Formats: sequence, structure tokens, C-alpha cells
Amino acid sequence: MATAPEIDAPADPLGAFRSEVRDWLAAHFPPSLKGKDNAMSAVEGPHENSPEEDAWQAAMGEKGWGVPTWPSDYGGGGLSRAEARVLQEEMARIGAWNPIGGMGVMMFGPTLLEYGSEEQKSEHIPAIAKGTVRWCQGYSEPGAGSDLASLQCFAEDKGDHYLVNGQKTWTSGGQWADKCFMLVRTDRTKKHEGITFLLCDMDTPGVEVKPIRLISGSSPFCETFFTNVQVPKANRVGAEGQGWTIGKRLLQHERSSLSGGGSAAGRLFAQGTPLAPLAKTFVGEDEQGRIADPELRGRIARHEMDLRAFLATLRRASQEVASNQGPSATTSIMKNVGARLIQERSELLIEIRGLAGLGWEGEGFEADALKDARAWLFGKAVSIYGGSSEIQNNVIAKRILGMLDHQ
Amino acid sequence: MAVLTEEQTMLRDMAREWADNEAPVGAFRKMRDAAPAAFYDADAWRAQAEMGWAGILVPEAQGGAGMGYLSLGLVLEQLGRNLVATPLAATAAATSALILGGSEAQRAEWLPRIAAGDVVAALAVDEGPRFAPERIETRVEDGRLSGTKYFVAEGDSARLFVVAAADGLYLVSGDEGVTRSARKLVDARSHAEVRFEGARAEKLEGGRDLVTQVTDRAAAALSAEMLGMAEAAFAQTNDYLKTRVQFGQVLSSFQALQHRMAKMLTELELTRSVVEGALEAIDSGRANVSQEVSLAKATANETLHLVSREMVQLHGGIGMTDEHDAGFYLKRARVLEAMWGNAAWHRDRFARLNGY
Repeated sequence: MATAPEIDAPADPLGAFRSEVRDWLAAHFPPSLKGKDNAMSAVEGPHENSPEEDAWQAAMGEKGWGVPTWPSDYGGGGLSRAEARVLQEEMARIGAWNPIGGMGVMMFGPTLLEYGSEEQKSEHIPAIAKGTVRWCQGYSEPGAGSDLASLQCFAEDKGDHYLVNGQKTWTSGGQWADKCFMLVRTDRTKKHEGITFLLCDMDTPGVEVKPIRLISGSSPFCETFFTNVQVPKANRVGAEGQGWTIGKRLLQHERSSLSGGGSAAGRLFAQGTPLAPLAKTFVGEDEQGRIADPELRGRIARHEMDLRAFLATLRRASQEVASNQGPSATTSIMKNVGARLIQERSELLIEIRGLAGLGWEGEGFEADALKDARAWLFGKAVSIYGGSSEIQNNVIAKRILGMLDHQ
Repeated sequence: MAVLTEEQTMLRDMAREWADNEAPVGAFRKMRDAAPAAFYDADAWRAQAEMGWAGILVPEAQGGAGMGYLSLGLVLEQLGRNLVATPLAATAAATSALILGGSEAQRAEWLPRIAAGDVVAALAVDEGPRFAPERIETRVEDGRLSGTKYFVAEGDSARLFVVAAADGLYLVSGDEGVTRSARKLVDARSHAEVRFEGARAEKLEGGRDLVTQVTDRAAAALSAEMLGMAEAAFAQTNDYLKTRVQFGQVLSSFQALQHRMAKMLTELELTRSVVEGALEAIDSGRANVSQEVSLAKATANETLHLVSREMVQLHGGIGMTDEHDAGFYLKRARVLEAMWGNAAWHRDRFARLNGY
């Protein structure tokens, strides 16, 4: 499937707003940037922006439309859901993309808006809305992955500050981040209730970052070491011991964004290499013009159908959030489906090309094939990060189906 | 859930309430045990007609509600949940043929009676045990139709047949030249072999395209019924796991079982999206109806297959007994999976429609 199914245009009660958006985009979006995006900004290092990119980011940051539904008091767009959808549609129409992204936007910002103090919101939200500060996530530890609540990184109360010692791992983009939101242990006698949510500047003395090289050859994750790191008390979000509650809320936002949020996964599938023409090229056609390998053809059809069902469900979910309480447990369902589809698609791309699909680097390979091979390897992470598929299944079983705790 | 109008929401809630109060699975069991000649629940059918459901698709001018396929699907979904045995789906499929291809006179003659519930109608296409609308040998000469149709749903009691011949669809309304032989399938519903030998037939407008349009609508309606069945089978299984104790623990505390349930719920979510998508595509007259229907039917087939199989397995021994309802869902599921195209048939068509 080359394009995602079209979204029907309903009667437009927001006509006036739509033309305002249209005018503003025409005035500010440089057509030379059409079709680019920031999809990988969370896991790729900062690159040199062109003057056009800088200007586009500044304009969107100023307007608050990179985070359209956040309150305008803190630099957000202050738009309703419906207005934000109009903005998204109008941007898609002209190939414009959101230059404001990363973990601050996807996970930390929404959580801080809910749990942060007035001072914390005023300090951090506007910078996230402008895209000027990069955040990383200090959650996982070598001994606390799926069982996150067994984390050990310890923060000792020293009166005006906490003294943090320990290690974090899988810190996405840690080597490029300015700040880190993290879960630390403030009480060893309790499991969930002994956890606190802290904000730490990455240039604080004692913070050390070491990139981890993955099977795909890239290093989007880091190990992060904390040795006698002083974090001011003012950087604590919520009460001491409330970190697990806040942290879980943030994970819901993370899952929501990783499940595609309606756009990221859709874009990936829409812009990626289409399977069927590739299969015809490599496998050939039968006398009726079908992919010559009927078994492969069937599997491609099955995958494309699942993909349509996924996109239809994301659409349905977004229609249903009219009442809108923020992310719900059903995001676990969509995270799992999205992960399965990304991985299935990658496997099909490799298989269709044969050995030409397994190139690592150098001559003799098409650029798309090399990109797809790396994506295939990196894609193995999508069913592991953000809560593995197994953890999501536990969430579904307990929170949606009301099944019992098995521990 | 699709975004519903107020009217549709009321219709769905009413159907659900009626099915739960008046037509629980126990009513299906009673019908099966009594085995009436029509193989459906006549009281339930009369009640449905009184509530206007037989006329959901029928335009208001002909005494119906003119509500469309999403509305029909909402009702069939609720009936599917409780395995309600009435000829609503079959009659609706035949009704869609009249609406799409009937002349003024044909519509005026049949639609009011269908809307009133006085006529059970059946769609007769296949001439073998597998869905193969391209392989039709039935012929019509001088207004007389001859051919044999296998496994016609509600063929035992239908007053009106919509019959596929090589050049399109025909109405057969009399019993002269029509022989019905009951074919009992595992689901205990009506599936008759119907032999036409020079039966009087009237052509509907539209040729072979009409066959595709009508079987697509039949498949979409069945998908909605299957969605309801899958949801009910899933919910009952989930309830059972919360009560059954083994090894000193309730089954719902075992992670291996939780993950199987999570997988099924995931498939159910996807199925609801594509079933509603297909019904909406028909209602809004989109050009890609066939593609949306294939997506819906293939997905509903796979999901109901999975859920009905797991329902028996997760109930253990009790699920194997006739006393329990699990077997009803399993048996009906396989029949509906085979009707109007199995998953492989619809995947193949999906690929063709997409050019590969």
C-alpha cells in the first residue's frame, strides 16, 4: 500500500480557523522543507540546521503550534483538539512538518503540566514548546527493565539537595540531552512508594554518559552514571515517594506516542518502501501479473490488511477521544500492534530482496536496501522499549480486562 | 465504536437490551432442541419485524426505516452476541439486491412486505461448497431459471429468492420448479440446497456487477454478526477465567492465559474498526467498497476463528460439553467463516484490487 487510506473531510465548522492556519503556514513554511520531518530527532544526534529550518522552528516555537494543545500561558498553542486536528490536516496538505519534537514534547511536558509546580512549569514548558531544550529519560537500570520498580539509583536527602548515586541505562539520546527526568529511590524499605521523580541537568558534576552500540550499528541509547550528583530539592516533581504514580503516567504518554499517536507510524508506513512493487521486481510476476510467489503474496496481503486495520483503529480511537481524558490503557494495545507491524514489514523487506536486502555498507547495495536493513535491526527494539510487548500484555490483562495480579 | 447518530445509538441500545432480555443464548438452544422446519426462531423474527428491523434497509417510501448498513450492522452485532436465530441477515442481503437492481414495480411489490416481516428472502449464489461467484452455471431462458444452489441460508423458508445466474441476479418468487432439500450444518441453522428447474424468474438490473455489490453487502453484514459473536465469546471466556480455580489460584492470575486474552482483545479492536469501516464505506457510496469489505470479512474471519477456538480451549472440559454454550459459538463461527468468502478468498481479492 503506497498511501494511507484517506481521512474523510467532514463538514467544517472551523472554516475560519482553517483559513487562518492556511494563511499563516503559507507565510511561514519554506516550501524547500516540504516532506522532511523530525521523526528521528529523539534518537538521532543534533544536526546542523539550515537557515530555513531554524526559521521554521523559531516561527512554530513562537506560535506555540509545535505543541498545539498545551496551554498558551506556558508557550503552547492553546488550541482545542478539533483545532489541532485542523492544523495537522493543513500541514499535511502542504507537506509541512512539526519541527518541535523529542521526549520533552512526547512524554515529559504532558506529565509536568499535570504534576509540576507553577515554578517548574514556567521554567521548563516554554523551552520545550520552543524546542530549545533536549530532555532524556532516566528510568531503566541494568537490574530494572521490565520490572522498573526495582530500580536502585539512590537519592539521599541532604537538606537543600539530593545526593544521587547509581546508574541508568537505555537513556535515549543521553549524549545529546540538556536535561534528564528520572526516577530515583528515596526509600529502600518500600518498593513502589519509595520512588521519587527528579529533574537533573546533564552538565551537573558527576553525570557521565557512555553510548551503547546496538546490533544496527547505531548508538541512540546510553548508559548514564551518577556519582555524588547534587540535585536541588526544587527539582523534585510532586512529593517524595510519589514518583511511581507520576512515572507511570509518563509511561502512558510514552506508549501513546510510540503507538503512532496516529501520525508517526502512519507516516513511516506511507513513506517507506512499498512491498508489492518491490516483490514484483525481485520475485517476478506470473502470467496474470501477480507476484510470482503465491505464499509471499498472501503474506504481503495479510500484512497490508493488518496495517489498514491498525490505521483504521488509530483513527477510530482519535474520534472516540472526544471526551478526552488523555492517554488510556488501550494505548498498550496499539503499541503492540504498531510494534508487530513495523517488525513484520521489515522482515518482509529483507526477505523480498534476498541477500541484496542484507547489505551492511559499501558498494553493490541500493541506498534504500541499506536503510531498510538497518531499520530492520533497530526495529527489534520497538517491542522491547517503552514497555515490552509482554509488559503491555500484562497492562491489557489487568487494566482493561480486570484479570488478577500474577505475582 | 464509530461515531453514531442519536438514532443509531438508540437502535443499538434497543437491540442490545432486547437481545439480552428476550433472546439470550438459551433461546437459541431452545430453537435447536425444538428443531422447527424453518430452522429459525419465529417468535423472535416477529418481534424483530415489529421493531422495524426487517425494514432497516428499506426506504421509508416502501414502509422501511431507510437507515443503511451501519445501522443494520449495529443490530446484527447485538444479535450475534447471543446467537439469535432469525433470517435478518439473509433477508437484508436479498433486500439490498432489490434496492440496487429492482425496478419500480419489483420494489413496490416486495419491499413493503419485507419491511413488515411477511417475507423471508434468501440470496442464492454458490453452486458448490465454496464461495465462487465467478463459477455460475445457472441459466435463464424465456424467463425460466434452471440451476442448483448449495447451502442457501434460510432456503428452507424463503418466500423470495434472489438467484445468481451467469448474467446477473434474478428474482424467483414462486414455488413452481423450486425444490428445497434441508442441509443440516453444525450450526443448526437453515442451509438448504435449492434446485430450480424452469422456475419463473425476473431479472434485476445490473449484470455481474450487481452480484459483486450484493455479495459484498452480505459479507459486510455477516462481518458485523461475527464481530458480535467474537465479543460475546471473548467476554464469557474472560468471566470464566475469573472464577475457575486450579492449583489453588483463579485461572485469570496466570500470565500465560492473560497474554492470550490480551492478544484476542487486540484483534477484536482491529476487527471493530474494519467492520465499521466497511459498513460506512457502503453507506457513503465510496468507490472502494469491495476492498473495505474484503478487509472486514478476512479480519472478522480470523478473529472469530481465534476467539471461538480459544473459548473452548480455555473452558477446558466443560467447554467440550453440549451443556455449555462454547460449542454453539465454535460451530456457528465456522459456518459464517465459509459464507461469502473465507479469509484466503478475501485476501486474494484484496491483493488483486491493489494490483499485486
